[in-house]
Amino acid sequence: MNASTTLIYDGSFNGFLTAVFVAFDEKINVADIQKNNQSQSGLFSETETIFTHVEKAKRVWNGIRNRSHNAISNVYFAFLSEAEGVEMILYSYIQKLMRTKNGKYLDYSDSTVLYIAQLARKVGREKHRMEAFVRFQLTNDDIYFANIEPDFDVLPLISKHFRDRYADQKWLIYDVKRKYGIYYDLDHVEMVSLNLKDIHHNKTAKSDVFTHEEYEYQTLWNDYFKSTNIASRINPKLHTQHVPKRYWKYLSEKKEAV
Amino acid sequence: MNFDRIREKLNILADAAKYDVSCASSGSDRTNKGKGLGNASKMGICHSYTADGRCVSLLKILLTNHCIFDCAYCVTRKSNDVPRAAFKVQEVVDLTINFYRRNYIEGLFLSSGIFKSPDHTMERLVSVAKKLREEENFNGYIHLKSIPGASDELMYEAGLYADRLSVNIEVPTISGLKLLAPDKKHEDFTKPMEKVKNEIVRYKSEHKIIKSTPKYAPAGQSTQMIVGATGESDKDIMYSAAYYYKTFHMKRVYYSGYVPVTHDSRLPAIGSQVPMLRENRLYQTDWLLRFYGFSIGEILNNRHPNLDMDVDPKLSWALRNLHHFPVDVNTVDKRLLARIPGIGMRSVDKIIKARKFRKLNWDHLKKIGVALNRAQYFMVCDSRHWERRDLDADKIKGMILQNSSGKFRNQYSTQLSLFN
Repeated sequence: MNASTTLIYDGSFNGFLTAVFVAFDEKINVADIQKNNQSQSGLFSETETIFTHVEKAKRVWNGIRNRSHNAISNVYFAFLSEAEGVEMILYSYIQKLMRTKNGKYLDYSDSTVLYIAQLARKVGREKHRMEAFVRFQLTNDDIYFANIEPDFDVLPLISKHFRDRYADQKWLIYDVKRKYGIYYDLDHVEMVSLNLKDIHHNKTAKSDVFTHEEYEYQTLWNDYFKSTNIASRINPKLHTQHVPKRYWKYLSEKKEAV
Repeated sequence: MNFDRIREKLNILADAAKYDVSCASSGSDRTNKGKGLGNASKMGICHSYTADGRCVSLLKILLTNHCIFDCAYCVTRKSNDVPRAAFKVQEVVDLTINFYRRNYIEGLFLSSGIFKSPDHTMERLVSVAKKLREEENFNGYIHLKSIPGASDELMYEAGLYADRLSVNIEVPTISGLKLLAPDKKHEDFTKPMEKVKNEIVRYKSEHKIIKSTPKYAPAGQSTQMIVGATGESDKDIMYSAAYYYKTFHMKRVYYSGYVPVTHDSRLPAIGSQVPMLRENRLYQTDWLLRFYGFSIGEILNNRHPNLDMDVDPKLSWALRNLHHFPVDVNTVDKRLLARIPGIGMRSVDKIIKARKFRKLNWDHLKKIGVALNRAQYFMVCDSRHWERRDLDADKIKGMILQNSSGKFRNQYSTQLSLFN
């Protein structure tokens, strides 16, 4: 039996797929797959650093996609969960997928398959939440700006939704936790990193970055939010179940509650 | 724009519109045309939730709360002394666009009190939708209320701009309607529904031949009924819901527990409890009819005119029909699998796919997400353990209630609580 090896990759999805390619190609007995900034070598395994190679990554991507479209999106979504040790589970998921003829991604009685499907679902839910909870604020430069702080790295997943929807306005969505954003300049979406002085979550104080009208519309929206409530049906538990408290600081209608 | 004035109007007209339950933004697949603003999301998006836990997806307002009718259940009835206001067409358009650009909403839900005549009102509603679509190139979701008694020509035009149209029948029985809304006739409600249904059918068939046929109300029609205002039984409500689903191809029927808003001897007094549990059971029944393949007569009939309050309708059906059970989840067909209490449609789907690979046991089912506390009495699987005792319906019900808790339990429990 070959000695086991820990693969170190750069943290990107392409990097991970390259690692999978190398593992299959060189028939490596994989001990673990780790990001380069949090690697930890094992006692009985060697380490090998993987250099991201787009062509190789693409072959893995196509290989999985040819098995099933559902499986490739499960892999991508689960990867973006950034769950600890997800790389190794994904690797065994891909192995299982390749070993069987077809349909393995539907075997919900297999714990790996079920776990990945459930993890992908969680990320999908977060993606959907971000499509709902982004609150743009109009800056004086005519850019609609929003900060978010999602549980998972969903910016790559939501960019198409916002590009299709807000095709005629410039917008910028910035992930405060992961320190990068996506910016749409009326033409295409690009990744940006900013040197944000302060995070624009809910404050009662007004910032001069935003237009005067912006605050008027926020007031109207907050009023509207209050008017729609039917007091005799109040149900705070259901409310926080739908709008968990961790998102409140970026929702303008929750300004007073925070 | 005079924000203070708008603010006043918004407060009055949003407050009056909140008793409309529907806030769905799903079912339409309108795309963004020519780099305009907005598109519709097929699954719909809830941008926020009110403190009572209902989805806020659309800007739901009345164009005006002036009304010539005097329906007993309605907060904007003619004889009710409340502040009145009216939006200008342009004001609604500006509000919608600016809320939409900030990602607050999926679109507009526009309803109205009836001023002058139904046609006059409907014309105004249509002109808002038209302006949004044609002048602002807005492709988000628009839900228009069909005004009872509006003419066919206006209903036709409304469907060209709106994604969904709805008429609220409000009172499920014709006798109840006579009592509470003497000015309105049953035909006033069904005529616009009929027109919209026919147009949807026509546009769909034309679309099959000519792909460029414009969309006509792509998200269909819906309606709403008030529950608990006139003493009708669950059977009355659900049979009339089934009728509307069938006759007018409704996408949804909403059930709204009556919130007392006016003093009227014909209605529950102000301050009486909103029948939320009953509402919940009606929605569960609705789902069983639409997704689980139940027919209405199986759940509600002359022997069971009302739904059980302490257990859900599917469990209640299963307890009355124990001769179908237990079934083996590894072999049973999809239809009966969906009828096992505690197994939802997502689990049905997973079970069907997973059992192609191996026989499933209790562990697998638990991980898949089946509610075993209910399901265990009605099924067997790949395990030597199953319910061997010959239990009758009451016994099973007792055991399930004992081993579970429900959020509405305190409302119907006869057990006195020790602390309070």
